[in-house]
Amino acid sequence: MIQVRLAASALEVEFQSASGITALFGPAGAGKTLILDSIAGFVTPQSGRIILDDEILFDAASRVNLPPRRRHCGYVSRQWALFPHMSLHDNLLFPLAGLRRLERHRRVKEMLERFALQEAAGRRPHAVSPAERLRATVARAIIGEPKLMLVDEPAGGLDMALRAELCNALRTVRDETELPVLLATRDVDTCFELAGNLLLLDRGRILQSGAPRKVQDQPASVEAARLLGIPNLFPAEILALDPGRNTSRMRLESFELTGPYFPGRLRGDRVWLCVDASELRVSPHDGSKPQANQVPARLERVSDLPQTVRLEFAGAIVAEIPRQEFARQKDNKEWLVEFPPEALRVVARDAAEDL
Amino acid sequence: MPVDWSPLWLSLRYAALATLFSLVMGLPLAWLLTARQFPGRELLDAVASLPLMLPPAVLAYYLLSALGRWPLVFHWHAAVVVSTIYTLPLLMRMSRSGLAAVDHSFENAARGLGAAEWRVFWRITLRLAWRALVAAILASFARSFVDFGITTIVAGGATDVAQIAVLLLPIAAAALAALYIGNRLRRGQVLA
Repeated sequence: MIQVRLAASALEVEFQSASGITALFGPAGAGKTLILDSIAGFVTPQSGRIILDDEILFDAASRVNLPPRRRHCGYVSRQWALFPHMSLHDNLLFPLAGLRRLERHRRVKEMLERFALQEAAGRRPHAVSPAERLRATVARAIIGEPKLMLVDEPAGGLDMALRAELCNALRTVRDETELPVLLATRDVDTCFELAGNLLLLDRGRILQSGAPRKVQDQPASVEAARLLGIPNLFPAEILALDPGRNTSRMRLESFELTGPYFPGRLRGDRVWLCVDASELRVSPHDGSKPQANQVPARLERVSDLPQTVRLEFAGAIVAEIPRQEFARQKDNKEWLVEFPPEALRVVARDAAEDL
Repeated sequence: MPVDWSPLWLSLRYAALATLFSLVMGLPLAWLLTARQFPGRELLDAVASLPLMLPPAVLAYYLLSALGRWPLVFHWHAAVVVSTIYTLPLLMRMSRSGLAAVDHSFENAARGLGAAEWRVFWRITLRLAWRALVAAILASFARSFVDFGITTIVAGGATDVAQIAVLLLPIAAAALAALYIGNRLRRGQVLA
């Protein structure tokens, strides 16, 4: 269990995390690396406190500041930093100084097996594949049996193959050890794949935390929704709410929509309406009267994505539909976009955002 | 004509000794100035680099006065001390740039893996900076060797121009070789 409260000029966060993987998700400059470096002890925050299990790693008030070597954190930094002058085997041995020889060999052997590194063990980092380097870095971080694992995704992100490799390695750690992991990432897919808990960070602040699915389904603010990559965000006003029939009525800039009942909202509330691009449905507009929640829209741009096609309509409406679906409809002259009521979510809108 | 090689051997021995002393003092100093922040750091840096600026004669004068050996008497102890002081800044500055060039992420990784500072230095920093350090040692040795060589030849009372030329040639060649190998090392052209 790690408890962190930090404050520096560009950072103010407070969170706890127990076993499993906690993702620190946010754009570049959100403070992810700064948080990990503070926990590992490479950066000294101005104030705050970091407690790992029962040990105080850092406390500005009582001037406790343990050196990195006594913090028991296994850190996979964004540079990975496998020692280039040692073989992978010797890299794994490095954290085990002070243990008996037999124990050292047992652990190294176990790690080499667990991360499929037996063949590469005798080679130096520059002579093995990036995937092997990544696995060796993860293995080296946990071989000393730390109390916490910190993982920082490389600044430039990872290519698909390496991302899958990292996910596999971290899944191994999650499933085979009790080790809590803090993972800093800019990739929302990685969060969903691995993390039981997500901390949404922006400019040194935590905007929201919770299970990734819950955060994605119910962003706490429009910034959170933007960071999560939800493209459809519309200012709206609630016209009517009916808890009995579980419905609501909203007015957007140029049309009205029916949604589910939103508990806690009042009539006249000004909100942001969020809809995932993949939840919008499209159909040809043959000139007849649109049905409920269907809106005629002019198609402005089509972009091919690996699995889907992204359609951008006038009024900043973005829909993503399967390729086959698009192939059927690509000759549409005019389009109807349907907002399924169950896909509609609302987020509070500050008065300042109306300006 | 028989050539008397003894000045050369003498210079070789004294230069090696002076380089060794410079290394023993210069390397820790370089590490201190690279890796540690402390009050007076800039001052220490300036003092340690001062001999680079002072003319050798001035340095020798002060030193010999301090040792109470004025008027000037050539003694190899004093010569080695002067040469050490004179070589120290060169060795320190070159090692420093070598140590500073080591990527901190390796050193931090080692610290995070439980290594104490001396182990980080011995197992990581030193191993990654060895090319620059060997280049620094070679350059310091070359400098010291040239200094001694010329001094011993002159002080040894050699008057024959041909004899001096024969003795100077290997000195120049050795210095050139040391600098050349050092440069190539620093560019990483000689493999580990």
